[in-house]
Amino acid sequence: MQPIIEIQSISKKFAIQGSKQPYQTLSGALSNLLKPASTNKKDFWALKDISFSVQPGETLGIIGKNGAGKSTLLKILSKITPPTSGKIISRGRIASLLEVGTGFHGELSGRENIYFNGSLLGMKQKEIQSKFDEIVNFSGVEQFIDTPLKHYSSGMQLRLAFAVAAFLEPEILVIDEVLAVGDAEFQKKCIDKMGEVSKSGRTILFVSHNMGAVNTLCKKAILIEDGKIAKQGNCADVIDSYFSKGANQHTYYWKEKQNSSNKSFQLNYIKLYDSTGATSTSFNISEEIIVEIGFEVLEDNSYPKLSLIFSAADGQTVFSSISNNEEDGSKPLSKGTYYKRCTVYKNLLNNGKYHLSLIGYSAHYSDVFFTSTVISLDAIDDGILKRDYSGNYGGVIRPELKWLTQKI
Amino acid sequence: MQDTNKKTYYEITAPKYFSIGLLELWQYRELFYMLAWRDIKIKYKQTILGMAWAILQPVIMMFIFTFFFGKTLRIPSENMPYPIFILSGLLIWNLFSSGINTSASAMVSNAGIIKKIYFPRLIIPFSAIAVSLFDFLISVFLFAVLIIYYNIPISISNFCICFISSIAIALLTTVGLGSMLAALTVKYRDFKFILPFLIQLLLFVSPVIYPLSIIKNDLVRYIIYLNPISLSVELMHSAVNNTMPQAELFLCGSAISIMVFVTGIIYFRKTEYYFADIA
Repeated sequence: MQPIIEIQSISKKFAIQGSKQPYQTLSGALSNLLKPASTNKKDFWALKDISFSVQPGETLGIIGKNGAGKSTLLKILSKITPPTSGKIISRGRIASLLEVGTGFHGELSGRENIYFNGSLLGMKQKEIQSKFDEIVNFSGVEQFIDTPLKHYSSGMQLRLAFAVAAFLEPEILVIDEVLAVGDAEFQKKCIDKMGEVSKSGRTILFVSHNMGAVNTLCKKAILIEDGKIAKQGNCADVIDSYFSKGANQHTYYWKEKQNSSNKSFQLNYIKLYDSTGATSTSFNISEEIIVEIGFEVLEDNSYPKLSLIFSAADGQTVFSSISNNEEDGSKPLSKGTYYKRCTVYKNLLNNGKYHLSLIGYSAHYSDVFFTSTVISLDAIDDGILKRDYSGNYGGVIRPELKWLTQKI
Repeated sequence: MQDTNKKTYYEITAPKYFSIGLLELWQYRELFYMLAWRDIKIKYKQTILGMAWAILQPVIMMFIFTFFFGKTLRIPSENMPYPIFILSGLLIWNLFSSGINTSASAMVSNAGIIKKIYFPRLIIPFSAIAVSLFDFLISVFLFAVLIIYYNIPISISNFCICFISSIAIALLTTVGLGSMLAALTVKYRDFKFILPFLIQLLLFVSPVIYPLSIIKNDLVRYIIYLNPISLSVELMHSAVNNTMPQAELFLCGSAISIMVFVTGIIYFRKTEYYFADIA
């Protein structure tokens, strides 16, 4: 069968300016006329020689660390930015769920926004008209359909936006999960929609940090690293090699600001200590594990909060912990360098590999950012907890719970 | 499923050759209508008077100009009542100035859409100008009322010829300059600051406030001729007082308008590929 998308050695180059602002100024352009242009420009290859193809009906996962080039690839696929070289052949209409709610305007009513957003996403007026009632039903905002959007709650806006996107019927659906963060209900809707779409025989490209979701939805995956394909093939193998990149290092330093900072703080490093205070990557399950996260507070009166997420080897989230139970946690921080420490109880983890990632928040859990999995640890069962039992324990965690026998 | 797969086939490559992309613009015409419709709706939302502003704005300006220039400074007005003279010029001037103003900022204010969805980018300045054209067409009613009120003996055929060519020339100029400024503003935000001066300057060297006939200095007259909007304004005057603009102005003005139009569109098309990266 002919592939529905063929990506043939796509590369994308960005010229990084010496100055920080991405846009140019006249004075910059004028002074560049006088100087040789190469002095303050650096070439950066966001994508280098990417090739793969997707068969109709396939669900392909695209994974990789932040800044690896996934978003650039999506932008090229949706024609927003052109590749520097290479070619993509597409045999179907591409629509992407990263476009949810694009062009929504607060002054327009729900009805008007459906029409405008729909035509922005490439629907014809007749198409929207015929699906209008269904869209409104799906969104559940019938009562407010003629109210200006600015009076909607953010949840209602999201539902309406998603309803329009859900009635698009593209042959190829691109989903960037990074842009669907924050709302668990919405994420679930996205995932459900994906399952539905893939059952109807359409092609899906799924970009995500959630290895669990990638694993359940995709059979095949590609791993992008520094703009190149590091691995492609069977989903489980690709996820495995994605995780193995973070293995055997007890400290990870964030080099790029992208997705490791928001307005109020910036992550510097994450480090693992054992109960004796030594850095390590393998821990005895009957001892505490200390996770230290170093960060820079960028503005005074900040309330940085972190959520530490433990995932199992297959990518499923095991548990997460939010740093909102600290003593003095309600006090604002001033500018400077800090660390937070999170202690994982002894006798909690099971024998196996765990992957760590973070979510950062500012005050009131706003201004959210998600890091990719940066560090992994091995929990080793030394057998003390097993006492007289010699087999394995099932499950991803193995907490020590209280048992009691009593005669009634 | 199979049918649609066969129908859709396209390639994404680095931009290879230059084209205006007329076919694609035509395919996306519905989006153009929707964008223009949205902008018109939004423009008058949460105003008490709503679209009456499209008429009130030129009326108020007409009164101000008539009072200061017509009554106080007694500037001649080419055999027309001064309010008619000033209004005919102002209508075209408003179409032009609001057109380039909104299209210049349109790319930046629609950056959210541009970064996420593909469509021919020219639609953005085009629809911004369509809003100005809509306002213009509303204010034409006022113009008609005034012509009847002053009982001006217009010749229908001359009026139609001059009126339509005036709009055509003004649109060519506005679209050309507007697209050019839209592309430039994406790249160099300096144009946000340059534009108000440019518009003011163009108003002073156009025959909106004063008639061309009072300019005796040849150099100044040629500078006015070089202003791409002068011809439109003069054509509007001619529509009312039943004349034709001078041949020199006509040739010079139409040549400049076409030049502005062509350069503007070409410049826009040549730079648009990178809007999403820098908007």
